[in-house]
Amino acid sequence: MLKYIVRRLLGAIPVLFGLSVVLFAFVHLLPGDPCRTILGQHATVEACDRLRQNLGLDLPLWQQYVNYIGQLVRGDFGASIVNNKPVLTEFAVRFPATIELTVAALIFAVGVGIPLGRLAARHVQGWIDGGVTVISLFGISIPVFVLGLVLVYIFAVELKWLPTQGRIDARAGLELKTNFVLVDSLVQGRPDLFFDGLKHLILPAIALGSIPLAIIARITRAAVLDVANEDYVRTARAKGLSERRVDSRHIMRNAWLPVVTVIGLQVGGLLGGAVLTETVFSWNGVGRWVVDSIQGRDYFVIQSTILIFALIFLVVNLAVDVAYAFINPRIRYS
Amino acid sequence: MAATTAPAPAPLSRPIATRASRGLWWDAARRLLRNRPAIIGLVCIAIFVGAAVLASVIAPYDPMAGSLADRLKPPSTAHLMGTDLQGRDELSRILYGARISLTVGVVAVIAALAMGGLVGALAGGLGGRVDAVAMRVTDVLLAIPGILLAIGIIAWLDRGLPQLMLAIAVTYAPIFARLLRGSLLALRESDYVLAAQSIGGSGRRILLRHMLPNALTPLIVQATLVLATAIIDIAGLGFLGLGPADPRTPEWGTMLTDARKFLQVAPYLVFFPGLAIVISAIGFNLLGDGLRESLDPRLRR
Repeated sequence: MLKYIVRRLLGAIPVLFGLSVVLFAFVHLLPGDPCRTILGQHATVEACDRLRQNLGLDLPLWQQYVNYIGQLVRGDFGASIVNNKPVLTEFAVRFPATIELTVAALIFAVGVGIPLGRLAARHVQGWIDGGVTVISLFGISIPVFVLGLVLVYIFAVELKWLPTQGRIDARAGLELKTNFVLVDSLVQGRPDLFFDGLKHLILPAIALGSIPLAIIARITRAAVLDVANEDYVRTARAKGLSERRVDSRHIMRNAWLPVVTVIGLQVGGLLGGAVLTETVFSWNGVGRWVVDSIQGRDYFVIQSTILIFALIFLVVNLAVDVAYAFINPRIRYS
Repeated sequence: MAATTAPAPAPLSRPIATRASRGLWWDAARRLLRNRPAIIGLVCIAIFVGAAVLASVIAPYDPMAGSLADRLKPPSTAHLMGTDLQGRDELSRILYGARISLTVGVVAVIAALAMGGLVGALAGGLGGRVDAVAMRVTDVLLAIPGILLAIGIIAWLDRGLPQLMLAIAVTYAPIFARLLRGSLLALRESDYVLAAQSIGGSGRRILLRHMLPNALTPLIVQATLVLATAIIDIAGLGFLGLGPADPRTPEWGTMLTDARKFLQVAPYLVFFPGLAIVISAIGFNLLGDGLRESLDPRLRR
């Protein structure tokens, strides 16, 4: 097991190396004069010189790359061109908002998607199955930002049940310490703010979770149907086990594997989708920051976010593969 | 998907093979036309392609010009889908928008197929070091989540339609490379490749004449499904302000950016472009699923 984890970690090294080359090229090989591209046409000569020095653009390319890697290893992701603050500091402030959003979306997708898939498999070919098929078709065909805007229109503008944007009522004056709204409100003993935060979270989570929900429902349905015709399931029924027990101990235990893989793969889509969702809901997370950074040509922010998101994606999928061993003892990693 | 279309088992009294097969493609087309969801998909695609092709004929107004006197008019007989912030006719903009989505989507997916297909064919056909390097490169690109890679590419090369096509193509090329390589590796072990080798077929001939044609169908299915996602991504990038260089261009995602600010007064400006995106995406998703079932009869359940 440990051997397997070590081998997987070693296998990630070429990917990380490739990623660092691509992202190095992203800032250091900008088309045209990097100074003009980054700082714009009206930059002063001094600003240009300072930028060149900061980027080490006067050094040979390989030395620039070595410096870049050295900085990364020390946890230095560069500074924002706009306000000169270290990228990592700002990232740490904004990332909790993105975590809250993506985790809520994942909970929604898994919590609704798996039961829907199981329901469809139990009533295969019936109208319930058809209904689930249509839901998942719409799930993968509606862009998150369109669904987000429609949800805002229905539940915030027309019905006024939920807020249109933001993470919490700004007037409530919640003091942010961990930057997790849900955590901070509980720590400060303000359940009212906790529920306000939850209310702000519902619509963005549904919008972002719609695609994973559709995919998870589809895969669950297929996985359950695959297993349901196995001999051991028939045997379990024949020996008189209750339908519930057959379902939980014989079908689902074997159907979990493909479902868990797919859930792991959704994390990438969720992080990417967060960029759009955060824009729709003015959600102050990393995604919105990236979008604002494009307008300000703040390349280090984009570069670092891509790197950190890719790292998270790799780690999550390694964790999913390792989790296999616990779900399915038949798999022995050697 | 498959389940809703599976035919009832043929009664035993009837001879099963009454009609001779007329070739893979003919059979596949016949199966596709009997698949109801695929037909719905084809209808959606026909609406989408029809709007794109006929935009200049059927659009009632100029999609780029409007008068401020007409701004934010709700749907009426004069403007079936209302007017936008600049008083431009929304219907005309949606029709012309289909052109942008269709061209960018199709060009990007073909480019992705070409790039990914070439890499996948080299990796799966040659194997060894070429394969190892090619797969590490696709690993790197696949590690960058969602549309962030496309965002990065456009941030790098600036906005514009060619950049948009390239960004989408690079995002999806690794998927095609992986897919083709996988099929080629599986085919290498097949009996007919062994047979071709044993009668002395050259490596190139076996790859081009025996393996590639058999690896083609999963690529076609995937390309159709990717086209649906590509149309959504193009709109997403447009929504983020990374679409066409000219912000007046009628692109569905870009139209939604403007509409977002007027959700309270003009919800139809969100509804109609949104519906256009959904119809095109549903079309290609349904067609892709239908193609998968009809091209590979073994998959039917």
